[in-house]
Amino acid sequence: MERCAVRGIGQTKHDTAREDVSIAGLVREAAQRALDDAGYGWSDIDAVVLGKAPDMFEGVMMPELYLADALGATGKPLLRVHTAGSVGGSTAVVAAHHVQSGLYERVLTVAFEKQSESNAMWALAPKIPFQPTLVAGAGGYFAPHIREYIRRAGAPDHIGIEVAVKDRLNALKNPYAHLRMPDISFEKVAESPMLWDPIRFLECCPSSDGACAMVLTNEKNSRKDSAWVHGTAVRSEPLGMAGRDEVNPRAGVDCAKDLYGQAGITDPRDQIDVIEMYVPFSWYEPMWLENLGFAPHGTGWQDTDKGVTALDGALPVNPSGGVLSSNPIGASGMVRFGEAAQQVRGRAGDYQVELKTGKALGHAYGGGSQFFSMWVVGRDKPE
Amino acid sequence: MRDVAVVSFAQSPSVRREPARNEVEILMPVVAEAVERSKIKDRIGFTCSGSCDYLAGQPFAFVWGLEAIGAWPPIRESHVETDGAWALYEAWVLLQEGEIDAALVYGFGKSSPGSLRDVLALQLDPYYLTPLWIDSISMAALQARALLDAGKATEQDMAEVAARSRKDARGNPNAQIAKDQSADDILSEPYIASPLRRSDCAPISDGAAAVVLAAGDAARAATSRPAWIRGIDHRVEPHYPGVRDLTTSPSTAKAAEAAGASRDKIDVAELLAPFTHQELILRDALGLAKPNGTKINPSGGALAANPMMAAGLIRIGEAASRIMSGDADRALAHATSGPCLQQNLVAVLEGE
Repeated sequence: MERCAVRGIGQTKHDTAREDVSIAGLVREAAQRALDDAGYGWSDIDAVVLGKAPDMFEGVMMPELYLADALGATGKPLLRVHTAGSVGGSTAVVAAHHVQSGLYERVLTVAFEKQSESNAMWALAPKIPFQPTLVAGAGGYFAPHIREYIRRAGAPDHIGIEVAVKDRLNALKNPYAHLRMPDISFEKVAESPMLWDPIRFLECCPSSDGACAMVLTNEKNSRKDSAWVHGTAVRSEPLGMAGRDEVNPRAGVDCAKDLYGQAGITDPRDQIDVIEMYVPFSWYEPMWLENLGFAPHGTGWQDTDKGVTALDGALPVNPSGGVLSSNPIGASGMVRFGEAAQQVRGRAGDYQVELKTGKALGHAYGGGSQFFSMWVVGRDKPE
Repeated sequence: MRDVAVVSFAQSPSVRREPARNEVEILMPVVAEAVERSKIKDRIGFTCSGSCDYLAGQPFAFVWGLEAIGAWPPIRESHVETDGAWALYEAWVLLQEGEIDAALVYGFGKSSPGSLRDVLALQLDPYYLTPLWIDSISMAALQARALLDAGKATEQDMAEVAARSRKDARGNPNAQIAKDQSADDILSEPYIASPLRRSDCAPISDGAAAVVLAAGDAARAATSRPAWIRGIDHRVEPHYPGVRDLTTSPSTAKAAEAAGASRDKIDVAELLAPFTHQELILRDALGLAKPNGTKINPSGGALAANPMMAAGLIRIGEAASRIMSGDADRALAHATSGPCLQQNLVAVLEGE
């Protein structure tokens, strides 16, 4: 297998409505920044891999066709990936395979969502004949899972609030973040309206317009400041299977196990410096800490409570501000993957964490906690 | 390049309207048949599918597809929001790495819930083209007109493609339209979007298809005569019809070159041409304008059955079936996506 390196990363300023750009303008902004970072022009790219979540979010069917021109894809392979909310991550995984297979040397991968073109909550709540309607938006779907986590772990009510405050404070250091709330406080989150018990308004991710892009290369085309891919993994499980554990999904556990095996990680808590994790509702931080093997079952919330996951903690989670601060859905996974790579490159600016092992985890999930994609990136070249 | 082959293929019959079964119910028996036939279920290490939310009119159509295949324990899986032929490409890329030995690929689509020609207008640039509501047939008609005006084809040529395809489809039990109709009869039909007549257009279909890919020994364990993929490549062209020469298909030519299509004689070519004139454009791009012994679309092609998101994968499956049965030694399969053949994939398959 060829080694794969992350040579360039770019993202847009995320916002409620990027009315200054078209959809093409949005993806172009991220892609151009990734190319600039890589020191490449459009003609240096061999293939383009594009990801985004449901097409109904913008009302454009198979938008890769319309975006071919903006992505400089003429005459090249252009592959479109869609795996629900995990898509930003799985798109990067597919792009990495394009390099690792030895088929391509320089691949541009891009993920985006321009949610202001439609209403994401209702796009996720379709009325299908002869099927019960789901619920109004993702929060209504995930709230019972969170309640069950709280019951199992015996976690106190304030944990979700702490995550929300931490991530919004981190976002103040990130110039690309959508939500910037300098006056964020425990009281402010606690007093915000309860939307889907126990999820308060300020414990939810925003709806964002945004895009992220990366240039992945083989070893020959890597540079000194490239991040290295140490492992990639994806896992999926059925939504409707009776008896599956939505709180601690086996797909997430299996995905992490596969990933750690590839990256030579036996104790993730010791061997990973920083996690960029997909946390669309605050309580998912402790839930995924357990699912990913960073904390024993029922104890993830204690890490949050003790400040372990803070920017200056022993295991920083979402130093960029995470999905709670910017959520262009289809791009959110790739933003996690890209932020993890920026950390090991030492390029995370004001939210750079201290590197020990020089390894970071990028994580994304989607659907009804059933699609997972992850990668481990490192400062050093893998064995 | 690692040797990877198509080792089994299954498809549903294509029908104009499947009222009683949803997409998943159409898909389930097809996947079961392809996996069963491959005899290597336990070696499948990756699953990849192609479908499109806009056909059924609901987000996450593929999530329900996942229910159909029994993804437990959790599986390594991916999905492309386009024809299953591109899902096959993604699986083929992964197989090149050597970690897994076999992959399941499927594509499915139910076009009957909506007005397909209008739904496909949503594939266009949302700012400048979709608001004009150029439906897919009118868009193809512009291309056909350009071809006629360039003197590269006649309406007679187009009618002959339609007549041949529907006639050959009589040997295809999964075809939706199969009949013996002369080119002259077709030329007497009225235009539905000049210069296209009803017979120049693919039918609207509901259907699904599945393929099992396997590498090396796994392929040999699955079947006595695997259809080895000797080359596969895909390319895209600009979106705006005004910046393309619609009478040619440079992306098909480039993909065919990368796939090594012209290295030897091709016995069978299965081309995804939803409109008669598009077959002529594709054959020109592939050096098959005069077939010289190459059988074109013996299944009847998309003009006989066109389940969106499966039709390209079916071309690969049909081509592979001819190899696996020993009827052909070397076959070419083609898939397309987007308006006026914007994106094209070419695979070259061989027996041993």
